[in-house]
Amino acid sequence: MELTKEQTQEIIARRVAQEFSNGDVVTLGIGLPTKAVRYLPDGVNIIVQSENGVLGVGAYQNDTNRDCHITNAGGVGVTINPGGCCVDSLMSFAMMRGGHIDVTVLGALQVDAEGNLANWCIPGKFTPGMGGAMDLVVGTKRLIIAMEHTAKGAPKILKKCTLPLTVAHKVNMIITEKAVFDISPHGLVLREIMPNSSLDDISTTTDADFEVDLR
Amino acid sequence: MVKMITPAEAVQFFKSNQTIMVGGFLNCGVPNLVINELIKTPLTGFTLISNDTGEAGINRGQLIHAGKIKKAIVSHIGTNPETVQLYNEDKIEIDLQPQGSLAERIRADGAGLGGILTPVGIGTDIEKGKQKISVCNKEYLIETPLHADIAVVYATYADRFGNLAFHGSTRNFNVLMPMAADIVIVEAEHILDEPLSPDEVVVPGIFTDYLIDGGAYGID
Repeated sequence: MELTKEQTQEIIARRVAQEFSNGDVVTLGIGLPTKAVRYLPDGVNIIVQSENGVLGVGAYQNDTNRDCHITNAGGVGVTINPGGCCVDSLMSFAMMRGGHIDVTVLGALQVDAEGNLANWCIPGKFTPGMGGAMDLVVGTKRLIIAMEHTAKGAPKILKKCTLPLTVAHKVNMIITEKAVFDISPHGLVLREIMPNSSLDDISTTTDADFEVDLR
Repeated sequence: MVKMITPAEAVQFFKSNQTIMVGGFLNCGVPNLVINELIKTPLTGFTLISNDTGEAGINRGQLIHAGKIKKAIVSHIGTNPETVQLYNEDKIEIDLQPQGSLAERIRADGAGLGGILTPVGIGTDIEKGKQKISVCNKEYLIETPLHADIAVVYATYADRFGNLAFHGSTRNFNVLMPMAADIVIVEAEHILDEPLSPDEVVVPGIFTDYLIDGGAYGID
């Protein structure tokens, strides 16, 4: 059965949420990675950092608490959890670059078996820019890529990225609707096959070679 | 006491082809009053240093829409399809910089530093044209300071001494840019007659050259 986009994203977001430990300081990319906070396991509370200068991002605003001066990095109005704070761009990036973020979850255009990530530029076609992604990935203790396994059927997990890199040799884990991979010094290791997929399915939709070591 | 001016008076300080810094992150904490006036002038050819170029046709996006910007040094343009299109058509020069490096380069200028050493961008296209240096066996890029002729920033509160304070996530680049420009114009939502408490001041008033009373023009 073909999954809808919403179902695909939910599967990925739910799996990402399992990677957080109580008290983790976490930065989440715009879109799919941000959805992971909806599925936090019981007893796991995390501190979400947003690059525009909010530490302790809470729920989205509603009609009772609108405040256009508090947004997340996607420009969406958010609340700030008790104990949170607002900082300027220098402090925000000091947190990232300086190694104070436990887990970072980002999307990708391409990711490869060497742990390289490309997510800011398709030369000649679409160049949104890196925003804070390059600073973020350099300093984070763990970097998880959460993305749909393919783009219009084409593999996104490659032997070697062909697009301009966001960072070299830094990705620790890839979570898609089909699979969970760890990236070891020797390459990709398939750790989980998601319920709607199979080893065959993963092999045919993954460009990179991988070792199978299911947990 | 810092001189109070109107947005129309503020644009008198601008000249074509200057380098300008404009605070804000997407639509949060953007000094719109000066932008609204600047787009009415015949001035053009600016180099814009800002986090992003906002959204098409609004806030900082107006500067792009009105053709005022020759070159933009920013971290992200994806939220403004007009910027992306101009870039694809080679009608605007875009110098994309990692956001944290952009912030530190502005600070470096304001803090009298010759630049910064950062691991960000090592192994990527960002390295191109930049000097590398090894410190304690780790490689860094040398990122040079960024200076502007004029910085226009937003503040939530300003007192008559030019001291600034902020609400929510409006601090972003508004806190750094006043250190790194020859002329600093601040649009404050609330001008306070009593001085801010020394404990509340985020940007010291000595950086502020001119203040605009945003409240008088209905910014919220």
